[in-house]
Amino acid sequence: MNEVKRQPEQQPVTYWTLFKSTFIISAFTVGGGFVLIPLMKAKFVDEYHWISEKESLDLVAIAQSAPGAVAINAAIIMGYRMGKVKGLLTTLLGTVLPPLITLTIVSQFYTAFATNHYVQMVLKGMQCGVAAVILDVVIDLIVKQCRKKLLLPILIMFGSFIASYIFNINIMYIILVDAFIGLGLMQKPIYN
Amino acid sequence: MLILWELFLSFATVGLFCIGGGYASMPLIQAEVVEKHAWLSMREFVDIFTISQMTPGPIGINAATFVGTRVDGIPGSIAATAGFVFPSLIIILILAYLYYKYGNVGAIRGILNGLRPAVVALIASAGVGILLLALWDKEKLPVSLDATNKIGVLIFALSLAAIHSKKVGTIKTLLASGVLGLVFYSLAGL
Repeated sequence: MNEVKRQPEQQPVTYWTLFKSTFIISAFTVGGGFVLIPLMKAKFVDEYHWISEKESLDLVAIAQSAPGAVAINAAIIMGYRMGKVKGLLTTLLGTVLPPLITLTIVSQFYTAFATNHYVQMVLKGMQCGVAAVILDVVIDLIVKQCRKKLLLPILIMFGSFIASYIFNINIMYIILVDAFIGLGLMQKPIYN
Repeated sequence: MLILWELFLSFATVGLFCIGGGYASMPLIQAEVVEKHAWLSMREFVDIFTISQMTPGPIGINAATFVGTRVDGIPGSIAATAGFVFPSLIIILILAYLYYKYGNVGAIRGILNGLRPAVVALIASAGVGILLLALWDKEKLPVSLDATNKIGVLIFALSLAAIHSKKVGTIKTLLASGVLGLVFYSLAGL
């Protein structure tokens, strides 16, 4: 697998790449929106260079602020950015189809499938792969945030992490508080 | 036809009022599906939870598909799922339009500047949870070092090296980690 060559330049956006990326990411990620989002970021920002990191975080923030499932919202808004309404329908379909197929067709024998020894081994291995990709994305984002040496965003970042991970506070409240902090204190261009 | 429309409307309500995502939507789904329409029993409803833990996709989509299939087969599952995503679609379209038009207005810029570090924190929070689950089989600290899954650490390290090198793509890394899982756990005779 090491002979795969990737150019750092921007790769052309095609509906097929959009569909394929979102379908595979959705099919192999179990466990909610914030598992899926860093994988999309790894693919669309770091690998394909379709959008900038800042824009991708803005889009995720918007996705989180709207009602509905974050994963679906993120897929919709990324798709819209990449290819307007057609792009949005492509990524939406790519994200929705795996759970739709899994639950309609496979649901009858899913338990047998999921408890199968070999399937378990693959899933267990894949969980480590998912964790690695997310950690790579997360560390990169945290380092970049800290390098800017601005106190407020760093405080928001660590404060929100503690609120979410340690105290299990509902994400909606975290988002609301941070939005107010931003509105009140972070309109200056240095924070852009 | 009527039942499909009812499914669509019912899950559109869930999608519209499900703010905060994930498990926050469970009481809403329960109100619509168990109490109002009696499409599922409480027991079946709890099963959706369990199934959602092991299958891909957001819990709202899983519930929509499960209930839709139960009520009216595949057309039902499509109607319910379409209903669930419909409000998101409209609202996100409006927000995206506003973002690209007014994203540089001071107040909106400020809000987004405040939310970007929060998004990093939320991704980090999910990331730590997944890592603990992969290597220690539990989502919260503390963990004991003796209980570390050594094969897991190996696959994790290899995947991290692959993705960090930028030479291997995201999806190839994920697929390779699955293959490594099969090979290593088989060799270890688990």
